[in-house]
Amino acid sequence: MLSVRNLIDTTSLTADDITQILDTARSFDEVNSRSIKKVPALRGRTIVNLFLEPSTRTRSSFELAEKRLSADTLNMGGKESSVVKGESLADTIQTISAMNVDAFVCRASFAGTPHVITENTDAKVINAGDGKHQHPTQAMLDLYTIREHFGHLDGLKVAIVGDLLHSRVAGSLVPALKTMGAEVTLVGPPTFQVIDPAYYGVEQTSSIDDVIEEMDVVYMLRVQLERMGGAAIPSRREYNRLYGLTKERAARMKPGSIVCHPGPMNRGMEIMGEVADAPNSKILDQVNAGVCTRMAALYLLLGGDDNDLA
Amino acid sequence: MILLKGAHGVDPQVGLDEPVDVLIDGGAIVEVAPAIDAPEGAEVVDCAGKVLMPGLVDMHVHFREPGFEYKEDIESGCRAATHGGYTDVATMPNTQPVTDNGTAVAFQIVTAEKVGLNRVHPIGALTRGEDGEALAEIGDMTFAGAAGFSDDGHGVQSAGMMRTCMEYVSQFDRAVIAHCEDESLTGNGVINEGRASTRLGMFGWPALGEELEVMRDIELCRLTGCPLHVAHISTARSLDLVRAAKADGLPVTCEVTPHHLFLTEENITDSYNTNLKVNPPLRTRDDAAALVEGLLDGSIDCLVSDHAPHATHEKDCEFEIAYFGTIGLETTVPLMMTNLVEKGLLSWPRFVEVAAVAPRRVLRLEPVRLEAGSVADLTLIDPEAPVTVTPEYFESKAENSAFLGQRLHGAASDVFVAGKRTLANGVVQ
Repeated sequence: MLSVRNLIDTTSLTADDITQILDTARSFDEVNSRSIKKVPALRGRTIVNLFLEPSTRTRSSFELAEKRLSADTLNMGGKESSVVKGESLADTIQTISAMNVDAFVCRASFAGTPHVITENTDAKVINAGDGKHQHPTQAMLDLYTIREHFGHLDGLKVAIVGDLLHSRVAGSLVPALKTMGAEVTLVGPPTFQVIDPAYYGVEQTSSIDDVIEEMDVVYMLRVQLERMGGAAIPSRREYNRLYGLTKERAARMKPGSIVCHPGPMNRGMEIMGEVADAPNSKILDQVNAGVCTRMAALYLLLGGDDNDLA
Repeated sequence: MILLKGAHGVDPQVGLDEPVDVLIDGGAIVEVAPAIDAPEGAEVVDCAGKVLMPGLVDMHVHFREPGFEYKEDIESGCRAATHGGYTDVATMPNTQPVTDNGTAVAFQIVTAEKVGLNRVHPIGALTRGEDGEALAEIGDMTFAGAAGFSDDGHGVQSAGMMRTCMEYVSQFDRAVIAHCEDESLTGNGVINEGRASTRLGMFGWPALGEELEVMRDIELCRLTGCPLHVAHISTARSLDLVRAAKADGLPVTCEVTPHHLFLTEENITDSYNTNLKVNPPLRTRDDAAALVEGLLDGSIDCLVSDHAPHATHEKDCEFEIAYFGTIGLETTVPLMMTNLVEKGLLSWPRFVEVAAVAPRRVLRLEPVRLEAGSVADLTLIDPEAPVTVTPEYFESKAENSAFLGQRLHGAASDVFVAGKRTLANGVVQ
């Protein structure tokens, strides 16, 4: 059992919660490698995927996870949703809730949206990314990927590089790594840096070259291209030169270290193609881990205890 | 005739801080003495245990009429003001249409007179439509009764335009009330930039966004000589700038709200309470402590609520899209009593100074004194009255209080406006 009722952020997860999710995910990873990738764990449960802003990979990953757990799913969002038509979020949630659903998986443009949902439903709520705040299942899949490679998380040195200020990925990953005993360094141009790194208890630097050789994990964040053009960074070229994970930088990484990226990648900008495709790149492992960790989170939150996991 | 008997009278203007009886006749105070025998036919109000002072003035409220009557209107706003203990309020001009001409000013005054509870002093817009581009008819509004000028809500972004505004206003013996916010710095900010914005993942509204404009407007005050009143000051550094300006002898004053005194960014938790979304945002603990100190030491001149009513649907949503503002007219007195006066931090005379005397000075209103001959605009506070802040407590149409749920004590029991009892035993008349 997790110590939380909903999965809203990683700051409220204990080390035990995270370990449970990762251990459970490993069982589902095994399920996903079978020819018949389906268990009856959540048969009869209804899960609503409420995606209030566009998402391809997270939405696909959740949908596969739900289907492989035998849950019934309802996909809402995008242009056809009532939220777009001007209905309040509270009304939307109460309306769907009245149809007796068991869980909401929500992606939203605004921080705190998952919390507003919890106030309007008895169903469980999983945050699939809220504004610039948190994206907890992304953090779980990242931790899963890293732990599968190293066998542990504590003591690992992890650099997270890029647009830290606007990143919900960093918002969830940093506290989760800290909880598991990893040592985190944030790297980015000053215009992308976290305002208060002391909140996370981490170091922050604008020089990737100063730290890259010590790192076990170099985690490159996606740069939102709309932030270019003088707003925060001058150009793709300069970003690549100062912060990009180039072949030269990758060659300086220590033996056994790995490269991660949450996707989608801007090849040639934050990461060069050769580095993304190198043997120590775990980018596709992260995608694979997305399905089994989301299965684990859904399973643990929706109390699949009366069902047989196998 | 009304005889107020046995109150503790407080008025720093006349050096009064002792038990007195006060006799009112024909809208004016006719006698203030240690003991007055009730004249025949006089209504006697027993004020034992209560504190009597010149009527309180909240010089920064939003009554939303015309244009947003679904949030608040002049009548409901006046009921809230009276319930909160106020004789006078000054209303900000960000109505729809904007209060930027004499007719619009007169409309508010006439409407308030019909309601018959408070003296309402409209603040006129500095620029037409508060668009920051062309001067509003400031002279016309002055003659119609505007008590000051402000583009409250967002401020005048261009330094050149602000200079023009202050130069123009300087001929009318009115203060420019500055909402200090450099939008090129505050952008999409919804919460103090720093720990809170990092923790909650939302765009920050940096302290510098206010401080830079406080700095700018003080220099424009130096240049133009126009009196400057800094609205809802929220940071320690802003306050230091005001202190320095005063030390230079400039005509600079400022005001503070209870939410910036008693709440901080730490109060905004993972529950994203939208009633704590205010502009300027709640700041750090150090800022709040500095503001309390400034209020006590005289650096801060006025206490205001920045009463900003909104409908529930405008607050019952995600924090980032919720409207800015908290109501405050009905909680200011209880908060000050509970948090400062009762604890012996804020003296009664100093409270009267910031809540009644200084605001009249800034708004260029006639002083009201606890002495014979003065108009009988009076507030009587019961320091023991229990107050639980619930939606039912409010006379305001709105419920968006940052202090909902708090248990406080100390509230106005009676208010007199020109001798007319507008609040009696806590009930609006």
